[in-house]
Amino acid sequence: MLVDSPPEASAETTPAPPKRRAIRSAGLLVSFCVLLLVVVASIAVGAKQMPLDQVWHGLFQDTGTYGDVVVGERLSRTLLGVLVGVALGLAGAVLQALTRNPLADPGLLGINLGASAAVVTAISFFGVTSLSGYVWFAFFGAAVVGAAVYALGGTRNATPIRLALAGTALSAALYGYLQAVMITDNAALNKMRFWTVGSLASAKNETILQVLPFLVIGIVLALGLARPLNAMAMGDDTARALGAHLNRTRALSMAAATLLCGAATAACGPIMFVGLMVPHVVRSFTGPDMRWILPYAAILSPVLLLGADVVGRIVARPAELQVGIITALIGAPVFIFLVRRRRLAQL
Amino acid sequence: MKAIRTRGGLSFRLDVRTAVVVAVLIVAALVASVVLIGTGDFYIPTADVVRTLLGNGDAGQEFIINDLRLPRVLVGLLVGAALGLGGAIFQSISRNPLGSPDILGLGQGSTAGALIMIVLFQGSAVQVAGGALVGGLVTGFAIYVLAWKRGVHGFRFVLVGIGVSAFVTAVNGYLLTKADIVDAARAVVWMTGSLNGRDWEQVWPLLVLCAILVPLVMTYARPLRMLEMGDDVGYALGVPVERTRIVLMGSAVLLTAAATAAAGPVSFVALTAPQLARRLTRSPGPNLLPAMFMGATLLIVADWASQRAFGADQLPVGVVTGVLGGIYLLWLLVIERKAGRI
Repeated sequence: MLVDSPPEASAETTPAPPKRRAIRSAGLLVSFCVLLLVVVASIAVGAKQMPLDQVWHGLFQDTGTYGDVVVGERLSRTLLGVLVGVALGLAGAVLQALTRNPLADPGLLGINLGASAAVVTAISFFGVTSLSGYVWFAFFGAAVVGAAVYALGGTRNATPIRLALAGTALSAALYGYLQAVMITDNAALNKMRFWTVGSLASAKNETILQVLPFLVIGIVLALGLARPLNAMAMGDDTARALGAHLNRTRALSMAAATLLCGAATAACGPIMFVGLMVPHVVRSFTGPDMRWILPYAAILSPVLLLGADVVGRIVARPAELQVGIITALIGAPVFIFLVRRRRLAQL
Repeated sequence: MKAIRTRGGLSFRLDVRTAVVVAVLIVAALVASVVLIGTGDFYIPTADVVRTLLGNGDAGQEFIINDLRLPRVLVGLLVGAALGLGGAIFQSISRNPLGSPDILGLGQGSTAGALIMIVLFQGSAVQVAGGALVGGLVTGFAIYVLAWKRGVHGFRFVLVGIGVSAFVTAVNGYLLTKADIVDAARAVVWMTGSLNGRDWEQVWPLLVLCAILVPLVMTYARPLRMLEMGDDVGYALGVPVERTRIVLMGSAVLLTAAATAAAGPVSFVALTAPQLARRLTRSPGPNLLPAMFMGATLLIVADWASQRAFGADQLPVGVVTGVLGGIYLLWLLVIERKAGRI
């Protein structure tokens, strides 16, 4: 798939020497500390700045003062950001490994548009107006499209190309539907244009609780898939010879990706690019081993997402820019820089 | 494939099947155009349409046809042709059937230009078209410059295009949230791609552009075909690799941007027309001419379908091309699976 890969690429498949493993573990720890810093920043920074002692007070000695309430609100938002970030990063990594396509992201399998089409239906035909009302529709749409893509992609003998084609095809048809509704129904357009950019601003504990079970199952499932996905990377025949269950791995990967993206999209709208970019960045220093890619992606994606959210709050204070816009505005140049600077590590 | 020799010792190849396909597509485009001209709130029988087009109609029909419907159909034909040709060039250069202008972000770039005119300046239709043209050209140039690194490599080109596309999409989303609802509604109609209310002002610039670019592109069709075998083979066969790519990519960007300025980013024509054409001609290579006529036919048929199915000017043509494109891809998937090719 990538033509200009140097010959030493094959060296990566040999087991990592202990030293390299130590470095990678340390890197994981550092990433985690960065995540903690971003979490604190996400609670402290906003239209009203919170000094750190106030953050501490709000988190651990909540007495219901004004500051404590603000911290509480920001805490839900931050929590949702972390969850959604983990979900998008893991889903992207799993999808790229599953389809053996470095361009695979939740958008490719039609999951974003499935959710969007369901939400626009909810607004236009069922008169749903609240975010907590959208969530189920969005999740339902994502799940149905995910299942349909898998069915059309050939269930038992799904190939990467087939899955991608089925996703693209369904997306196209759904996009036509989405636009038809938005053109004929101004009220739906008015809601959708804010929903489709993706935002954490309206996060509520209620929303988090609605999607949490799906996210947890998806995360556990995705992390458990590291070994079979490693085997699948060698090609179907080799994977089979190594004892991997191809069909089961594909079905579970699709299920994990659908759960993760569906829940994430339902909670805060389609956030593009995190799932595409983070696994690329991670792969450039971990190599192709999914056992490292998945944890790194799970930690660095929320760093990107929350970081973008914080930036969005700073640049347009006291208003804010939606996180989906910032992730793309920051992410795209970084992505292009990576594409230019080095070969993207092979899948 | 047939070799034709003249007395003077000249010879050229004629691919019979391709020639037949091109002829059939031209006829289909013309027939569809005549039918489309007759379709609308005021129905005109096909015979009357033909007679009026030949200059012998009565005054009322002449007004409706020559001033209202003919320019719309001509814009449709030209836009379809430009998108089909642009798509074929991009897919050939990126060596990827998904490397069409919609996915590389040219449509998004045009949209950004148009949105800036609509949302920030409440611009007129001409200003919006100008904004779209500039947006498309700037985006095309940006992708080329960003993907340049001792030559433009197909895969890097697609990846950079996707990156630029994501960036511009974010800008578009931001502009849409900043617009008031009237502007937003106007923007969404424009973003879908529509032929409603197009007149001679849109026809002439497109026609001039196509008249210049189509012959230019055709002279590079042969080098393009050889480039599909890879840069090294291309050099060995004496193809001026970078010049070919720059000329063709520049032409494709211009064609796509001009088409988008005239009708909005009509989705999927650039992606499907080359694929369909290739399936009909069954010949390898870029299939530039068949793709061009296929694009024109597709767009006119889609416009006719949108008018018949939803009533005149209810839903723009872009909705139909999107849905039809999706159904086509699904059909392709099922067929290819049965044949065991993918």
